[in-house]
Amino acid sequence: MRMTGLFRSIGFYTGLLLFCVFAIFPAVWMLITAFKSNTDLYNPTNNPFLFNLPPMLSHIEFLFAQTNYPIFLWNSFLIGIIVVAITLLLAVPAAYSLARLMGHWGEHSSIAIFLVYLIPPTLLFIPLYELVTELGLANSIWSLVLVYPTITVPFCTWLLLSFFRSIPRDVEEAALTDGWSRVGVFFRVALPLALPGITTCVVFAFALSLSDYIYAAVFVSATASRTVSAGVPTELIRGDIYYWQELMAATAVVGIPLAVVYGLLFDWLVKGFQVELPRRAAAPPA
Amino acid sequence: MKSGGRAGGQKEPPQAPVRIGLADRDGAVGTIMLAPAIIYVIGLVALPFFLAVALSLSDATVGNPGIHHFVGLGNFVSAVHDAAFQFALRNSVIVTAATLVLLTILTILQVELLARDFPGKRLAEILLILPWAMPVALAAVGWLWLLDSEFSPIDWILRAVGLLGPGTVLGPANNLFYLGREWLGLGAIVVINVWRTLPLSTIIVLAGRTAIPDELYEQAALDGAGYFRVLFQITLPALAVLLIVAILFTVLVIFGDMTVVALTTRGGPGYTTQILPYWAYLKGIQGGELSEGAAVALFLFPVLLAAAVLVLRMAYRREE
Repeated sequence: MRMTGLFRSIGFYTGLLLFCVFAIFPAVWMLITAFKSNTDLYNPTNNPFLFNLPPMLSHIEFLFAQTNYPIFLWNSFLIGIIVVAITLLLAVPAAYSLARLMGHWGEHSSIAIFLVYLIPPTLLFIPLYELVTELGLANSIWSLVLVYPTITVPFCTWLLLSFFRSIPRDVEEAALTDGWSRVGVFFRVALPLALPGITTCVVFAFALSLSDYIYAAVFVSATASRTVSAGVPTELIRGDIYYWQELMAATAVVGIPLAVVYGLLFDWLVKGFQVELPRRAAAPPA
Repeated sequence: MKSGGRAGGQKEPPQAPVRIGLADRDGAVGTIMLAPAIIYVIGLVALPFFLAVALSLSDATVGNPGIHHFVGLGNFVSAVHDAAFQFALRNSVIVTAATLVLLTILTILQVELLARDFPGKRLAEILLILPWAMPVALAAVGWLWLLDSEFSPIDWILRAVGLLGPGTVLGPANNLFYLGREWLGLGAIVVINVWRTLPLSTIIVLAGRTAIPDELYEQAALDGAGYFRVLFQITLPALAVLLIVAILFTVLVIFGDMTVVALTTRGGPGYTTQILPYWAYLKGIQGGELSEGAAVALFLFPVLLAAAVLVLRMAYRREE
């Protein structure tokens, strides 16, 4: 018995280690690269994982002082925050309405909403580009603020619809018979109970808007309005010249802090998908 | 089948005697709450979608973007005869299928690892979610450097252990040129896609895994069931619904996304690693043939739509 337990532990930690290495290997390579000098980096006989010459900060200084990276960061951050706000304003009421107030078809509109989310940006960006130009928003961050909710709203509505549905009706109906209005019930009963779902939506809306490449690359060609996703590759890949250290630093500066934040929210994200549990837990498949 | 979400009592509770305010009428409140999202989705998803369909049936170009003249399925016919398109179609199917298989296996394994508590779980979660936290475009550039034709550290490791270089198994060259060869390039695209979507599918499936009651496992342990019997008879059947959702979700996103290919192989060498979304972009925007680009982007949409509806219906029916 004790031997099998030991083998299981070894297997468990080996598996975990392999998955972690797979997940962070590119990031480790990025971090090492970002601090390397050119002569160290561009020598194929050097051990690439060691600093054969002392690490240096000059590439990171270059990134922040000589390129538009700080502007890209600010644009991405600003767009992300506004898109999160718009998404919540549109998706939270819509999901509650579908789950509780629009009757049978509202409750069963999940598949339809999911399909809207699956319409790929590659299909929409040509008509949307014409719309954005028509509205005079091309080359401004507002074109992206206008368009990103097409990705985030269907997803968040789908997620929150299941979430609101999983809240027992009795709780709300008790409040209604106590004389609260429907709007009051929404704000004071349903919203607090849906908090894990809303947290997941905030993280997703931010991550999706940060990750978009195609809209950002097509709609915005002015450097001052570019986001991190579209700006970094265009600014730091100049023809055949790749500013590798700066590129890697630019990626690490965004990715690592976000990984810490998302990682600490990991259990909340899982809870956000944990919908309609009571039924399934009550009747496990035979 | 009847009103799926109703928990508990059959009868509605007695209506409160006086209800006049607008805030009390469910239908009115519901419409007001739903309207903004519906208007937005109609304006920025539905209408553009039908415009894209109309565009694919017209002869519009970047220079002359109006939809004045319809040419029927002509764009689809000429798109299909393109050698690049045929590569793109083949590769999209291969990459999506390979990603699906790998992602399913790895997701199940990773969920099993994270289902239990262990010291340092927080740290593991931070490390494992890292690929998802990086914007896709920047992560793709990171992989481009990781798979560099001259300075790839993977090549260096292979050389150091004597697998690569003159007189070794992997050939006389000092490098593998991951992104410069047809099948290595496609393999790299699959690996990058699996890498970046694994955290998300793990989170979704883990939500289902933690919902399986512990008693089931305790019972199985008492019955002396082995690891694989437990996995195949308890865990996987209970996870089926969320697994389907997670896989569909990530795979269709991969199918419709061009970012990884656009920033790594760029469809090359030749057209051998081209995929449909990137080809639609090159054709429609770079090449200026809006209508044919739209036709390429639309090409597999009916098939995907049918597959998605079918799979989702199955998933939801199981649940209800």
